Amino acid sequence: MRLTDEENSILDGKRGEAARIALSVLVDLGTLFGAEELMRVSQVHIDATLYMVEAGLEFAEKMVDWGGTVAVPTSLNPSAIDLQRWDALRVPAETLSKHKRLEAAYLNMRATPTWTCAPYQHGIIPRFGEQIAWGESNAIAFANSIIGARTNRYADLMDICAAIIGKVPKFGLHLAENRKADILIELKDVSSRMFADDAIYPLLGYLLGEMAGDRVAAVTGMPQDVKIDSLKGFCAAAASSGAVGLCHLVGLTPEAQTLEMCLQGNKPRRVLEITPAAIRKAQEHLCMVKNDAVDLVVTGCPHYSTAEFMRLAQLIKDKRIHESVVFWVFTNRTVFAWIKNKGILSDLIAGGVMVFTDGCPLQYPRESWPFKAAMTDSAKFANYCFSQRGLDAVYAGIEDCVETALRGKICRKDSPWNKK
Amino acid sequence: MEQKITGCGVVSGIVKGEVLVTSESISFWGGVDPASGAVNDPRHELFGQSVAGKVLAFPFGKGSSTGSLIMLELVRVDKAPAAILNMRTEPILATGPIVAEHFYGKKIPIISLDASSFRKLKTGQSVTVNATENYIVIHA
Repeated sequence: MRLTDEENSILDGKRGEAARIALSVLVDLGTLFGAEELMRVSQVHIDATLYMVEAGLEFAEKMVDWGGTVAVPTSLNPSAIDLQRWDALRVPAETLSKHKRLEAAYLNMRATPTWTCAPYQHGIIPRFGEQIAWGESNAIAFANSIIGARTNRYADLMDICAAIIGKVPKFGLHLAENRKADILIELKDVSSRMFADDAIYPLLGYLLGEMAGDRVAAVTGMPQDVKIDSLKGFCAAAASSGAVGLCHLVGLTPEAQTLEMCLQGNKPRRVLEITPAAIRKAQEHLCMVKNDAVDLVVTGCPHYSTAEFMRLAQLIKDKRIHESVVFWVFTNRTVFAWIKNKGILSDLIAGGVMVFTDGCPLQYPRESWPFKAAMTDSAKFANYCFSQRGLDAVYAGIEDCVETALRGKICRKDSPWNKK
Repeated sequence: MEQKITGCGVVSGIVKGEVLVTSESISFWGGVDPASGAVNDPRHELFGQSVAGKVLAFPFGKGSSTGSLIMLELVRVDKAPAAILNMRTEPILATGPIVAEHFYGKKIPIISLDASSFRKLKTGQSVTVNATENYIVIHA
């Protein structure tokens, strides 16, 4: 790679050990992927914020010890826990100190304590075409696809390195030519009644991830009136079943006003289709429960938005969650303050809902909550739940989630794609 | 009979080990237990098997960007694969081994192979991975 004098001096240790290691890592990555030089990014979103393993804490604390501070505005992904309501989340005392140490390390690096996995809704929100370096697979897919900002799928640790230097290697999705669609996915025989059910979008995302893998896909046939939160669920699912960093929804997303535009004058390498039968199969795949027993209903993966809270409050209004079920919603502090001011929070609490901020529902302390089965409106959560928490989960739309929570047993209405 | 196959060294280093191959992609986060190195996604064909010390062969990575952190932890507790063979290395997969080298001074070489070379890999084979000179040798 071609490095500037300033970059070479950082590699010589002139800006301290943290910057030297961070830049060495970035240069290795750039060399590997054929980048000719480094480029500035305007902001970074750090994903490595969950205390999950000792190595992550060791890395963050060492970087602080070695003088690491962020060089550009840097937002933070969730902590593993609610940093303020950890007692209600029953976080064991022995791990609490680890979460708090990791929180302190990032604040000492001078990152902004957003603690959210939906930084595109509340955080340092990028504009179209902005060059950024984001971690968190759902946020990357959303920023690239829905906003049209430009980031590679930066991994944990690489995000910290990018924040400390404020630069990344110039390669991959930062460059226009690599953002063209490689495969075409056509939605076939998917009716407007099916599209009217919000539960379809995470399922479509899940299928797209399986089909696209790490390729850029263009999708035709999506309706024009998709809600932003449905696109959130779509991107999160796609980035959990595949390594999707960018996909184009023709007619919806900024780089795909037309199919020709996102193909950049090329022909797709492959043309695939998603049919109602495939949607049924995805739904079956995301149903791991064995009977109708359920004791956790969880939402906010990614973090719940104001619009999602308004809908939830409507569904739960004047009703009460069944005593055998725990109902969790995860969100960020901004949305939490809003629902508190609006009175939504007290209504939800009266209905038996627990609302947490900062944390990740996939990281709840499993020893404190020996659940038997979960229902969720997040395909991403359902996809990872067993491997992360050893818990069987089933994906369903939010109406089914609420109905299930009210009755204390799994209730699923017949989805429009199940009717032949 | 020995068989030498040329590939593209992604992260350098030389190591000899036993192949553990899968045709399915792997997400280290949500797919591999960071304490033991065992594949813990029940839907994965390697479910229950450990990647620790193996020359792990899978076509490409998938899923969450936290995979690199799990890889660094596997290195820290000495349960990482000895080397990785694949068809395509994406940045998330490469990050763990790159950071491990600079932070812990430990190498996990990676070589990318073409599809027909990748298909020659069988679980249990003894292989030498030379990612510095871009080849592997299948010993048996």
